[in-house]
Amino acid sequence: MRYSGSVLSVSGVTKRFGGLVAVDNMEFQVSEHEMIGIIGPNGSGKTTMMNMISGAFKPTAGSISMMGSRISDLPAHEIARRGVGRTFQLVKLLPSLTVLENVIAGAVFGHRRRWGRDAEDHAHRMLERVGMDAMSYAPVSTLTYIDQKRVELARVLASEPEVLLLDEWLAGLNPTELETGIELIHALRNEGRTVILVEHVMDAIRSLCDRCVVMSSGKKIAEGTPDSVLSDPEVVRAYLGDDDA
Amino acid sequence: MNGGIREILLAAAIVVLAAFVPLVVNPYWLSIGVTAMMYIALCTSWVIFSGPTHYISLASGAFFGVGGYLVATGMSDYELSFWLMAAVSPFVALVLAGLIGWATLRLSGVYFVIFTLGLAEMIRNLVSWIQNNFLGSRGLYVLTDFTEAHIYWMLLGIAAVVYLLGWWVNRSRIGFALKIIGNDESVAKHVGINTATSKIILFMTTGFFAALVGAVIAPRYSYIEPNQVFSPELSFMVVIMALLGGAGRLWGPIVGVIPFTLVWEWVSIKMPNQTTMLIGLIFLLIVYVLPHGIVGRLEQAFAKMREGRH
Repeated sequence: MRYSGSVLSVSGVTKRFGGLVAVDNMEFQVSEHEMIGIIGPNGSGKTTMMNMISGAFKPTAGSISMMGSRISDLPAHEIARRGVGRTFQLVKLLPSLTVLENVIAGAVFGHRRRWGRDAEDHAHRMLERVGMDAMSYAPVSTLTYIDQKRVELARVLASEPEVLLLDEWLAGLNPTELETGIELIHALRNEGRTVILVEHVMDAIRSLCDRCVVMSSGKKIAEGTPDSVLSDPEVVRAYLGDDDA
Repeated sequence: MNGGIREILLAAAIVVLAAFVPLVVNPYWLSIGVTAMMYIALCTSWVIFSGPTHYISLASGAFFGVGGYLVATGMSDYELSFWLMAAVSPFVALVLAGLIGWATLRLSGVYFVIFTLGLAEMIRNLVSWIQNNFLGSRGLYVLTDFTEAHIYWMLLGIAAVVYLLGWWVNRSRIGFALKIIGNDESVAKHVGINTATSKIILFMTTGFFAALVGAVIAPRYSYIEPNQVFSPELSFMVVIMALLGGAGRLWGPIVGVIPFTLVWEWVSIKMPNQTTMLIGLIFLLIVYVLPHGIVGRLEQAFAKMREGRH
């Protein structure tokens, strides 16, 4: 496939689980420095889409390419090494390691590899970036939910990903935490990172995303700026149901 | 890093001290010493892989058997030298472990445990069958000039090498990768770890050393039957002693093996017919009373002492 200027391109991607079609012929592109949101009602296939990009699942049909080369056949660790970093819908930290070691884990095997002193210094910088450096040596079990999310984000940033996937990173936060969270993602945006985020928090989507892809029952039903898609009658119908319903 | 160097110096001092044991103890205690040293080498190599990953392998007996059997059959039926067979057999086990690892390490949790147990049993039966039906002799003789002391020193050497290797692995990328795999395999994949390869490499290392131990200790038995050298009991003993000591630390098995070997010696003399049942009881006791082994208890106690001082 030709490298057409987009960092990531998803074309004709379908995922079936037995008889269920979770993602149906999805199609979208992500350009460099772009922050795009995948939105849609629960069960519309957003997380499945993220899982296919990160390599946790293989698409049943179609292909996903990064900078022109196909990644959808590769195992997850290979995709991570090519520069796709992700967080998980339910935070996944490594409970027997300290906060610092959790972040080092992201720096050692991934896209840009570091080891020893170098990895440690780098991990400290990442923790500082998310405002968690003071907790470097704490056991993971003592962290609050937002702090766990910040550590997970630091771990992903530590690999210096080309494409960052945030799967409902803002979900489950209380109003104060949400503010901190949105600020953090804003900072990522200002750095010019390429980010795909799956999100339910509409305010966040409006203020963060350059573009949105809306999914419903596995299909793409709209694409465009947040304001235009959120006023699209079909999108409103997908979220709220028909008038007569 | 400094703590690491101190640990290795301490280990070296213990090795030197342990080397003098055959010179000062009587034959009875030396024989217990050989058994203990055998289990120290086996358990330490087991812990290098199973400690961080939490993949409980019951295949030690199979690899140990490969070592013992190859030495026996090579010397008895083909008149090859002990040294040649002792050098070759670990590499046979290495290949075997690679194949087993490739086939089983996609499994996780209890499936992996059962699979390794079943596989070890299959290898035992296969070798017995081949031996009985095609190779003529049912038993094999391993006759060498080695004394118990020689065997003890060879095992001590192996144990020291295994320990050094484990120390290095703990500080290496692959050791860190195994720790991450043991915590959460999906995270491991998504931070860029080739989980299958990492697991297979260390599983092969474990197999290599188990076979080497099996080969070196073969002369002790003089007469070997496949059924006895591929004993599944050995696999369980390795797990029990490693867990008793604590699989979270490299020196855990040493702390577990020594008291266990002594207790076991006493049990085998006093209650020779109830040993299997007692293994089961001891296993339950360890899981309930010492979930993190003796090491875990010691570290807990140290932590409490430090708190008490502040």
